[in-house]
Amino acid sequence: MKNDLVLRVVGKLLIPFILLFAVYVQFHGDFGPGGGFQAGTIFAAGIVFHALIFGLERARKVVPDALVEAMLAAGVLLYAGVGVAGLLLGGNFLDYFVLDADPIHGQHRGIFWVEAGVAVTVCGVMLKIFYMFASRGDGSGGGA
Amino acid sequence: MLMAVIVLARTRNLFAVIVLSGIYSFLMATLLVALDAVDVAMTEAAVGAGVSTVLLLGALRLCRSEEAKPAHRPWLPLALSLATAALLIYGALGLPDFADPEAPIHRHVAPRYLENEIDVPNVVTAVLASFRGYDTLGETTVVFTAGAGIIALLRRRKSKRGGDEK
Amino acid sequence: MIGHFSHVVTVLLMVAGLYVVMARGNLIKKLVGLSVFQTSVYLLYIAPGKLIGGTAPILAPQYTLYSNPLPHVLILTAIVVGVATLALGLAIAVRIKETYGTIEEDEIIAADNAVQDAEDARS
Repeated sequence: MKNDLVLRVVGKLLIPFILLFAVYVQFHGDFGPGGGFQAGTIFAAGIVFHALIFGLERARKVVPDALVEAMLAAGVLLYAGVGVAGLLLGGNFLDYFVLDADPIHGQHRGIFWVEAGVAVTVCGVMLKIFYMFASRGDGSGGGA
Repeated sequence: MLMAVIVLARTRNLFAVIVLSGIYSFLMATLLVALDAVDVAMTEAAVGAGVSTVLLLGALRLCRSEEAKPAHRPWLPLALSLATAALLIYGALGLPDFADPEAPIHRHVAPRYLENEIDVPNVVTAVLASFRGYDTLGETTVVFTAGAGIIALLRRRKSKRGGDEK
Repeated sequence: MIGHFSHVVTVLLMVAGLYVVMARGNLIKKLVGLSVFQTSVYLLYIAPGKLIGGTAPILAPQYTLYSNPLPHVLILTAIVVGVATLALGLAIAVRIKETYGTIEEDEIIAADNAVQDAEDARS
């Protein structure tokens, strides 16, 4: 598909905006519709779009397998880490009030990190599933 | 939306079935916006019409088939479905009316969530990440487990070529 | 009955999805029917949360009446879990295709029966 001029041009124009929109949705989750899940899915959709147009090999070079697998686990660990940080600072598990001197600001901080963790995991899983399905039929595979 | 599902049930070309399911998800997302559920509509559009369609197309490419003609007329499932529908509608008549402000769903915890004691304007994110953050931890773990399961199911071993894994 | 219109639509969609799961033998079509069923359940939860004259549950100074945010939260989780289930089901379908050569339910059961008969005849 990378020989089709229309797709290539439109892809090069649109993909940065899709990724930027995903980051916007992630950070504005507090003030408008959005949040971790939507942002992770839109980011993964942008990269899938890139892979569909320019080929799986190039997408694999940009976002290698090891990075995707690391993202899977890192998100969950980040989330649990915020919870444990609440424990270490004197409150309950996943208590945001103790994360900062001002309790309300602690809430904002806690929600920020938690949503980031969720977005990373969701993006990693969607990408991993796409890579698995796309490479299975090629016969060569790459292992994972 | 009902038309989309009925045509989906009768179509045998699997590619058309997948496209119809994407259309159905988009219509559902539009309906959800009309019902004031903007976060859910965004997620349904991204996940249902986006990722889900890509996954189905990927699986179709690997399976490469068309649905065979059904061997026997589906009278029993049709009768079962209609009976279930009748029972459920009869049961649903006891539920509160649509958009009834006196319904119990609006009395219990929702007023407390809307009071916004943590100063985050998007109430859905606040509830998801703060008031009910434990559930979201569980859900992230579920998504992670699904990813791990997919890896376990579809991984190819480089050394064992042509063994029991084709 | 007019007050329950949303429930009637939900039930009809649910039963249509259920019919596809029960009556069709192709595995991919069954999974699509399952996702139709799940989507109708989202409608079941969100429709009662809407208040006429209310707005989306994002607090702003000029609005006073908001639709109930609690179902939105639950359904957000449900959507993501639903796609995870769909992905796992599709992975199993792909493996079945590679092992049996088909994804029609009748042929898979026939193949299993044939293997079972062969084993019984041998032992």
